[in-house]
Amino acid sequence: MNWIQQTGRHTLERVAVTGRAGLMLFGALFAAPSLKNIPLTVRQLYVVGVQSLAIIIVSGLFIGMVMALQGYTILTDYGAEGSLGPMVALSLLRELGPVVTALLFAGRAGSALTAEIGLMKATEQLSSLEMMAVDPLRRVVAPRFWAGMIAMPMLALIFSAVGILGGHLVGVDWLGVDAGSYWSIMQATVDWDKDVINGVIKSLVFALVVTWIAIFKGYDSIPTSEGISQATTQTVVFSSLAVLGLDFVLTALMFGIE
Amino acid sequence: MQSNMDYLVDVKNMTFSRGERVIYDGISLRVPKGKITAVMGPSGIGKTTLLKLIGGQLIPDGGDITFDGESIPAMSRKALYHNRRRMSMLFQSGALFTDMTVFDNVAFPLREHTKLSESIIATIVALKLQAVGLRGAAQMMPSELSGGMARRAALARAIALDPDLIMYDEPFAGQDPISMGVLVKLIRELNDALNLTSIVVTHDVTEVLTIADYIYILADQRVIGEGTAEQIKGSDSELVQQFLHGKADGPVPFHYPADDLRAAFLGESD
Amino acid sequence: MNRYKTELMVGVFVLMTIAAFLLLALKVANQTVVTDGDTYTLYAKFENIGGLKVRSPVKVGGVTIGRVNAIKLDKDDYSPVVELTIQSEYNEFPETSSASILTSGLLGEQYIGFEPGFTIDGVENLAEGDYIEDTSSALVLEELIGQFLFSRNSEE
Repeated sequence: MNWIQQTGRHTLERVAVTGRAGLMLFGALFAAPSLKNIPLTVRQLYVVGVQSLAIIIVSGLFIGMVMALQGYTILTDYGAEGSLGPMVALSLLRELGPVVTALLFAGRAGSALTAEIGLMKATEQLSSLEMMAVDPLRRVVAPRFWAGMIAMPMLALIFSAVGILGGHLVGVDWLGVDAGSYWSIMQATVDWDKDVINGVIKSLVFALVVTWIAIFKGYDSIPTSEGISQATTQTVVFSSLAVLGLDFVLTALMFGIE
Repeated sequence: MQSNMDYLVDVKNMTFSRGERVIYDGISLRVPKGKITAVMGPSGIGKTTLLKLIGGQLIPDGGDITFDGESIPAMSRKALYHNRRRMSMLFQSGALFTDMTVFDNVAFPLREHTKLSESIIATIVALKLQAVGLRGAAQMMPSELSGGMARRAALARAIALDPDLIMYDEPFAGQDPISMGVLVKLIRELNDALNLTSIVVTHDVTEVLTIADYIYILADQRVIGEGTAEQIKGSDSELVQQFLHGKADGPVPFHYPADDLRAAFLGESD
Repeated sequence: MNRYKTELMVGVFVLMTIAAFLLLALKVANQTVVTDGDTYTLYAKFENIGGLKVRSPVKVGGVTIGRVNAIKLDKDDYSPVVELTIQSEYNEFPETSSASILTSGLLGEQYIGFEPGFTIDGVENLAEGDYIEDTSSALVLEELIGQFLFSRNSEE
C-alpha cells in the first residue's frame, strides 16, 4: 500500500510544482508593464544575449566548417559536391541552429540566470524587494524572461548565418567547391517559410522553455549553496532534455506531415 | 480603542507552523509607537519568521496581526503593498542589490515609489547616507564594503522612504565591537530623530538592554518574559536569567534530548 | 557607469542579427526574386503529377522562370490542375507551348519542364489565367513496368 501512497504524494508534489511554475510565468508575462522595465530588459539582453555571442559565433563557425568537411567527403563520392550548400544551410536552419543555440544558451545563460536568482533569494534580496513593496516578479523575473525570449531567436539566426559562412570557408575557399553553385543551389533549395521561418519558430519555443525553466529553478530553489548548485544543474539537464524532446515534436509537426 | 492608537503592531494569539513544526503557539505581543521594542530568544526559534509575519510575507495559521489597526493577513495584495511602504526591514545580510552602487541602492525605493526628480533624489540619498556616515562611500559597490558598512548602507536604504516602522533582523550578529557600537547608536538616534517605531530581533543581550524601551523574550513557541530592561533584569524566571547570563545549563538543557548515557555506552537496559 | 557600454553592445547585437537576417533572406533563401517581382499565373492540367510539389521550379532549358504555386484537383474530371507562377519578364510564350513533368537526375526532385512552341500567325501568346493545352504527365515507374510486362505478354 505504501508505494501507492508514495505515487500519490509524488504526483501531488509534481502538480504543485507545475502550478507554481505556471503562476510565476503568468506573473512574469502579465506583471503590469511599465516604462521602467525597458532599461532593465536591455540590461538583461546584454547579460543573456551579448555575453553569449562569443560562444554562439565560435560554435556556429566550427559546426559549419565541420559539416562542410564531412559533407564534402560523402557528397564527392556521388559527384554531388554542388549540393554542399543546401546540405549545410538546411541542417543549420532547420535543426542545428535552433537546437544547438538552445543547448548552448541553457548552459551559458540559463545556468547563470538560475544561479543569479537563487543567490538573490539566498541573500534575501528578493525578500527585501517584497518588503520595499516592489514585486520581484515584475522587477527581477519579467526583464530576464523577456530578454531570454528576444535574445535566443537572435542568437539562432546569427548561429545559422555564421555556420553557412563557415561552410563556405571550408567548402569553397579550401576544398574548391564552386562558389556559384554553393550559393545558387542553396537558394534554389532553401525555402523562406518552410526553412527559415520554421527555424525561428522553433527557437522561439525553445527560448520560452529554457528561460522559463532557468528562472523558475532559481526562483524556487532552496536558498542554500547546495540548493542553488542543484537548481543550476537541474536547469541545464531539464532544459536540454526539453529542447531535444520538443525538437522532435516540432520537426514532426513542421516537416513530417506534408 | 485607545490601545490601537498606542500600539503600531499588535500580534494577537497568533499561531504559525512550518510543516509539522510548530513555531508559534498562541503568541501575543505589542509594539508601542515611537519606541524600540526588542524581541530576544535563543537561535532557531523563528525570530526572523516573526518579522516576515509582520511584513505579510508569511500568513499565520491562526490569530491576527494588525499594523496601525489594520489586519495584515486579511489585507488584499494591493493594500499590503501600500502598507509595506510604511514599513521597512533591515535584513541580517543587509540584502543590498549587488549589481548597483551604494548610491543606487539607497535611491532604489525612491525611484520605485516616488516621482521625484534625479536632483532631489540625489539630495535625499546624500542626507540618508550622511546619517549613517557613509556619504563618502556612495559610489562603492556592495562587494567593496565591510559587513558593518553594508549593514549601515542597508539601513540608509531602509529609511529612504521615511517609514513608520523599521524592523531589524539580528543587526548585531557577526559585528566587531566598534561596528556594534555604531549600530546601537544609529538605531537609538534614528528612532528618536525620525520618530520611528523599531523592532529589534536579536540574541545579543547587553546591546539590547542599553537601547530597548521594552523587551520580549521568546522560547518554547511563546513569550516567557517581558518588560523594560530593569524589569527583565530583576525577573525571577529561571529561563530569563539563564538567557540573560548565558548559563550553559538550566531550564534550556545543555544536552539535546537523548537516551541515558549509561544505557547507551554499557548496553544496560532496565 | 557602464550603462553606455551596455547599450552600445546591445546595439551591436541587434545589428549583427539584422546582418544575419539579411544574409539568410537575400543570399540563402533568395526570398526576393520569386515573390517580389511581377508575376503572372498559368494553369496546366495533367493526368498524373507524380512527386511534383508546391514550389517546385518551372524551367525552360534548365533556367528557372517560375514556380508551382498550388496543386488542386479539378472536380469535374478528377485530374490534377497545377497553378504556375511565372515571372513577368518571360511573358511571350505562344499558346502552342507545352509543359511536362520531368525529374532532375535519376533520384532528383521533380520539376516542370516548359517547352516554348512554334509561332505562326493566328497563335496568340499565353496570358494571365490561360491553360497550357499540351501537357505530358510524370513518368510513374510502376505504370511503365506494367506496360512493359503487358506488351511482352501480348507479343507472345
